[in-house]
Amino acid sequence: MKIAICIKQVPDSWAEKKMAGGVLDRAGVDAVLNDLDEYAVEEALRIVEANSPTKEAGEGSGHTITLISMGPERATEAIRKALSMGADDAILVTDPSLAGSDALATSLVLSEVIKKGNYDLVLCGTESTDARMSVIPAMISQRLGWAQLTFAGKVAVNPAANTVEIERVTEFGNQVMSAKFPAVLSVVEKINEPRYPSFKGIMAAKKKPITNMSLADTGVGSSDVGSAAAWSNVKEALPRPPRGAGVKLTDEGNGGEKLVEFLVEKRLA
Amino acid sequence: MSEVIFLVDHSAGKITKAAGELATYAKSIGDSVAVVFADNAQPIVDQLNTFPVDKVITIAGEFDKYGPAAIADGLAQLLTDRKPAAVLITSTANGKEIAARASVITGSGIITDAVNVDKDLITTQSVFGGSTTVHATVTKGVPIITLRANSIEATGATSSAAVEIFAATISEAAKLAPITSSTPVVKGGRPDLTEASIVVSGGRGTNGDFKPVEALADALGAAVGASRAATDAGWYPHSNQVGQTGKTVSPQLYVAAGISGAIQHRAGMQTSKTIVAINKDPEAPILEIADFAVVGDLFNVLPQATAQIIARKG
Ligand SMILES: Cc1cc2nc3c(=O)[nH]c(=O)nc-3n(C[C@H](O)[C@H](O)[C@H](O)COP(=O)(O)OP(=O)(O)OC[C@H]3O[C@@H](n4cnc5c(N)ncnc54)[C@H](O)[C@@H]3O)c2cc1C
Ligand SMILES: Cc1cc2nc3c(=O)[nH]c(=O)nc-3n(C[C@H](O)[C@H](O)[C@H](O)COP(=O)(O)OP(=O)(O)OC[C@H]3O[C@@H](n4cnc5c(N)ncnc54)[C@H](O)[C@@H]3O)c2cc1C
Repeated sequence: MKIAICIKQVPDSWAEKKMAGGVLDRAGVDAVLNDLDEYAVEEALRIVEANSPTKEAGEGSGHTITLISMGPERATEAIRKALSMGADDAILVTDPSLAGSDALATSLVLSEVIKKGNYDLVLCGTESTDARMSVIPAMISQRLGWAQLTFAGKVAVNPAANTVEIERVTEFGNQVMSAKFPAVLSVVEKINEPRYPSFKGIMAAKKKPITNMSLADTGVGSSDVGSAAAWSNVKEALPRPPRGAGVKLTDEGNGGEKLVEFLVEKRLA
Repeated sequence: MSEVIFLVDHSAGKITKAAGELATYAKSIGDSVAVVFADNAQPIVDQLNTFPVDKVITIAGEFDKYGPAAIADGLAQLLTDRKPAAVLITSTANGKEIAARASVITGSGIITDAVNVDKDLITTQSVFGGSTTVHATVTKGVPIITLRANSIEATGATSSAAVEIFAATISEAAKLAPITSSTPVVKGGRPDLTEASIVVSGGRGTNGDFKPVEALADALGAAVGASRAATDAGWYPHSNQVGQTGKTVSPQLYVAAGISGAIQHRAGMQTSKTIVAINKDPEAPILEIADFAVVGDLFNVLPQATAQIIARKG
């Protein structure tokens, strides 16, 4: 099997994020691998390990795992982390003209890269922790015309039959869906427990290849991406006024009563 | 007047509370046009008539079997046909995927998780865990906007919407992943978490005993939520988890009991109108965003508050 995983580099969840000129100010904050993409990496490794004669991913498994990311140069840090977990190689699309791309442009670039790789499966996280749109996997599936198997809480792959079955887990309940390869998957965070990279993994990752692609290499035109081409336009971004300092009191035996007084005053009880 | 189409969420013949909210938004912008994917739409039309709805378009077919991919196909055909001023969809996992695919098919811009859209189609989003407010517009195609549930009070109305049937086809690509079996969520007696006007949540501080949390919730007519620490420990179902990897809620009132307020939890509740916290630790981060906080033991504070509310109702 040839598996691709879309991974995004995002600002650290704890970092204070700000907007600059209508886009996220990415330069000023620490960047990490999107937490939720680690579950996709782990799931891909488990799929390969379960179908590998050596019970391991990598050479000798007969399968490959390629990371695909669109982002600034420093996304290589996030890529190294996923490589050290066990992925084989990576493609980073980086180009100044991509700055400020919206979801349509991002999905276009990722789909064009995926088309060149002859993959059987593409795995994604369910959302990025910065923009939190939860739309890229569905957009990629639509663009490629591949089966959409998203929000998977369970994945079962049958490489001999070229089929994959998932249990989709959403607020509407659970649904079993299946399809033939090729397919686009996204996995929810309850699916597994991502491994910590081993020392051996970290050393090996330093030697694994990362191919840099420019926008021209993807075949997408520069008029289709970036801030100027965006299908949506941020008019303004304002720091939310801090919540007015709230009331804080220590329970002296009547905390519950005080709380109800507050609710009544606010017409909430 | 231009039409604003909104997608009606329904299950087991009942529309969700969010459907009335979308109708209210649509009517504030133009003619409010509901689109319903269902084979038997009449009961749904009746319910929609209690909200400001000018027209209902029904689309029948194998949409349940093929899920969001198929619904996106049908919606895209409708948009190409009617060229509405905008499309409004509720921000759920399904809703966002339908929006995503329809945006690719029709070459239209998409804005997700808006908490408001005004008559000029300028949206408001609350991003980065509520720390930043963004105003945006779609500049290409038919604006496709997903709105969070509970972001507006639905207006009641006595409508008699004209009903139209639209015929849509499902593409081969959207049929590649059929749904082979389905287990709907079992609804308890309490309101739905994402729809409720009040949510009372418990965390690790409950030490596994959710009774005081549930009792307060019931006294207030609220839904029950939980932190991930509580769902991971198996104290409460995962479907009740609030936060980044759980549900996003923005009720009128959010009560956090025994929850520290980790950034991933706040990501799911920070847009709540009023936040109340009960925590033993005066330094807990949740207290920073609370409008009213009691530093104390939830096992004392919650039962006292519950008793007081029940007594007041007398
Ligand atoms: C605060 C904020 C608000 C925004 N609002 C909008 C908006 O309303 N409309 C709009 O069109 N754009 C918007 N954008 C831009 C949008 O974030 C980017 O286009 C982004 O690449 C796609 O959305 P996402 O990060 O939310 O991805 P999601 O759809 O949440 O990501 C799901 C998965 O897709 C994969 N993935 C996502 N991005 C990449 C990538 N760059 N490289 C590799 N894999 C990836 C990952 O597997 C990820 O887990 C916004 C950006 C910010 C910072
Ligand atoms: C990728 C990822 C996704 C995540 N997604 C989510 C998510 O969706 N939702 C979520 O909630 N978390 C999420 N988390 C976990 C999050 O980081 C926190 O670990 C979690 O929210 C902590 O839950 P808690 O506040 O209940 O527990 P703790 O942080 O342990 O806090 C317990 C609090 O209870 C107080 N307390 C104890 N006893 C009492 C008492 N008797 N009376 C009053 N107060 C008491 C303590 O002072 C403390 O403040 C995620 C983490 C990661 C890495």
